Amino acid sequence: MSRKKIVTIIILILGFGGLFAAYQTRDQTSGKNEAITAVGSTALQPLVEAAAEQYTNHHPNATINVQGGGSGTGLSQIADGAVQMGNSDIFAQEKSDINSTKLVDHLIAVEGIAPVVNKDTGVNNLSQQQLIAIFTGKITNWQQVGGKNIKITLINRTMGSGTRNTFEKYGLKGKTSATAQEQDSSGTVRQIVSTTPGAISYLALGYVNDSVKPLKLDHVAPTKTNIQNNSWPIWAYEHVYTDGPATGLTKQFITYLNSKEIQTHLFAKMGYIDVDSMKYQRNWQGQLSKE
Amino acid sequence: MDNKLKQQLHTKSKTAKYEQRGKLASIMMLVLIMVVVLGIIGFILIKGTSMFFNDKIKISDFLFSTFWNPGGKTPTGNPAVGALPMIVGSFSVTLLAALVATPFAVGTAIYMTELSSKRGAGVLQVVTELLVGIPSVVYGFIGLTVVVPAVRHLFGGSGFGILAGTIVLFVMILPTIVSMTVDALKSVPNHYRQASLALGATQWQTIWKVVLRSASPGILTAVVFGMARAFGEALAVQMVIGNAALMPHNLVSPSATLTSVLTAGMGNTVMGSLQNNALWSLALLLLLMSLFFNLLIHLIGRKGAFKK
Amino acid sequence: MIDNQRKNKIALMMIHFITLVVVLILALLLIDIFSRGLPYVNWHFLTGASKPFQAGGGIGMQLFNSFYLLILTMIISFPIALGAAIYLNQYAKQNWVTSVLRTSIEILSSLPSVVVGLFGFLLFVIQFGYGFSIISGALTLTVFNLPLLTRSIEDSLAGVDKAQLQGGLGLGLSKFETIIHIVVPAALPNIISGVILSAGRIFGEAAALIYTAGQSAPQLDFTDWNPFNAASPLNPMRPAETLAVHIWKINSEGIMPDVTQQSAGAAAVLLLAILLFNFLARFIGRRLFMKMTSAKAK
Repeated sequence: MSRKKIVTIIILILGFGGLFAAYQTRDQTSGKNEAITAVGSTALQPLVEAAAEQYTNHHPNATINVQGGGSGTGLSQIADGAVQMGNSDIFAQEKSDINSTKLVDHLIAVEGIAPVVNKDTGVNNLSQQQLIAIFTGKITNWQQVGGKNIKITLINRTMGSGTRNTFEKYGLKGKTSATAQEQDSSGTVRQIVSTTPGAISYLALGYVNDSVKPLKLDHVAPTKTNIQNNSWPIWAYEHVYTDGPATGLTKQFITYLNSKEIQTHLFAKMGYIDVDSMKYQRNWQGQLSKE
Repeated sequence: MDNKLKQQLHTKSKTAKYEQRGKLASIMMLVLIMVVVLGIIGFILIKGTSMFFNDKIKISDFLFSTFWNPGGKTPTGNPAVGALPMIVGSFSVTLLAALVATPFAVGTAIYMTELSSKRGAGVLQVVTELLVGIPSVVYGFIGLTVVVPAVRHLFGGSGFGILAGTIVLFVMILPTIVSMTVDALKSVPNHYRQASLALGATQWQTIWKVVLRSASPGILTAVVFGMARAFGEALAVQMVIGNAALMPHNLVSPSATLTSVLTAGMGNTVMGSLQNNALWSLALLLLLMSLFFNLLIHLIGRKGAFKK
Repeated sequence: MIDNQRKNKIALMMIHFITLVVVLILALLLIDIFSRGLPYVNWHFLTGASKPFQAGGGIGMQLFNSFYLLILTMIISFPIALGAAIYLNQYAKQNWVTSVLRTSIEILSSLPSVVVGLFGFLLFVIQFGYGFSIISGALTLTVFNLPLLTRSIEDSLAGVDKAQLQGGLGLGLSKFETIIHIVVPAALPNIISGVILSAGRIFGEAAALIYTAGQSAPQLDFTDWNPFNAASPLNPMRPAETLAVHIWKINSEGIMPDVTQQSAGAAAVLLLAILLFNFLARFIGRRLFMKMTSAKAK
């Protein structure tokens, strides 16, 4: 046998031996660990991720794996039973292709959505009629609504996005926006609105910062109080769906998400509103009911 | 003794066995790649045609209509699945980017292999390889903060459009084409150059008539891969082209490419729904278009090679 | 003759000019990225864990994940690409079958990475049950990486002088031995540059990994190198957000106040990491080249 062959064999033995030894000495407690995966809405992801981090700090045996992928992915995967939690910005019933009968909805938070414009438009307030006219392409210059002489550039979220869905349903009273630029993330929308003269779009309140200007609608500002008593109508629930009633770690974690600590401290810091503080409730057809 | 000799003659030598095993291993690898390639192509074929079979959409509605709103209807009542704006967008951005990038890339590659010192070429090579690894998002971000405003000031409009997309893609595919062209030029044997120079040709004549000619298949491959990258690029293009499913009427009007619409919409649609199937049909279209480009370029390459 | 000389001068000047333009573009791009990002890079940023919404997060896990994923992908994809390239270049007859093979490999590389990502998601994450993990990511990146790598290795092999192969055969070596011991070493420098090129793409890839390796970077225990433990950095079954995915994520949905600085800093670090890998690969390549080709460098 050549020396080369012997060396190869020794390396192989050492490699497999090492792997075997590693397997034998692996952390046995990890067998007791429970791991769950959440997939879906990119908007909900930072929220759930932050909560998961706090939760696993107290419960070191739990692994909560939070992924994005979009609401559509979240709903398809939870309907297929491929994951434990499906995050979504919209009601499962609104996506007609999802078999929503066995899905259980957990409302996690409320997000308010505000129209935002580039700072140079010279407009602070719009009537809802004007907003609809702008988004359907009937008003094309800011001058027509009392602003500067700048062309209006529409920026939409992608078709099927939860934010767009909510905005068209409650901000545009169900009208479909004209075909225009479409971006698939809040960060990009904010970036484009802040750098493009005359741009208008919409953002969840958590993403509004001082690089863009949120608009008042019929002189109502998009604030927490106005959303709680529904004088600001453009808001939606953030959902976590489970396949059948939640069990085990999933159940514990969803209870944790609905706890006072998370709802009023963590979510408020991130610009979301806790579900219990809402004075009104809404079902998936958009009908309001008083708490 | 006789038996031993017989045995020796009948068994394969060590070298022959080694050869057989090596050849088998390499063919297995190729088979593996083919399984992967066919797997993906089959996957896209099934997903991409299900819109036509399951949802009964006419292919003509898909290819020639200009209304893109899967699930909705066009003003005339047909299903709004028209991919024409994106087809035009993808074609123009890719072709323009390749047209602009090729001379720059080939020029740079010539400089690196034929003219510059070894050290200069080395630095350039490291820099181009560095650029391949910049994530698309970063390119998109720079495009958004530098290219779009520049286009807006120079050419008017909102700045978003095919022109901005072309500029960003030009920079993105440059490293791929340069690096592969350099490899192609390097594999031209040195005695070709020496022979040409010895015949009294100038350096330029040698480069133009000998080096580029004999490297042309490799250069074409480089361009094909550059165009492939441009075709498949999503995140950066999406940020600067405007990503609006409208027919582009000039170079600075917002438009969209197949890839940008596909990537932006994928996560928001439910698998198996019409909206989702329409996106997979875009992927299939992309595959067919890149096949077409590929064949076209090789055809041109073969024509060029005949004249040699 | 004079005319030819002048033509020669003008053409060479044009080439210099073109190169200058390209160099300027590339330099401005690099300066832009570094000047935006480097001011935020410090030790804490390089080693700390990222934070979901507060300021002051780091990219330590993501940096490690990027390298680990790259190495794993290369270990899987390099032998496959090398074997296939050897067959295509040395054994296969140049007929329509091989040209169909080549074409299908080429068109695969034009697929948007999100399509490859979803393919990987449905196959590796769901079907094989690997979950959102490094191994799913590495397999998906292999799919994504194979066309370019195979093609560039094949080109490198084609660049080797045919006399080398004949020399080996003439010495009585079998064809495969000649290829492994003579042709491949001779093509090594070009193979290395192909590897670096595809490594760059792996480093920068985001869309294919979003659905496979995932977008979360759990805290790792860097004292535990047992690949079977959940918190071990080497565990291939854990979700692993890479640097490029991280940049994409905070740019799209990040709500931390310092999101611009975070993403600029991460981009600069990513470039430095590629640079580091580049030098490393070249160094190892040169060492290998010396060892494999000249007898005295043993």
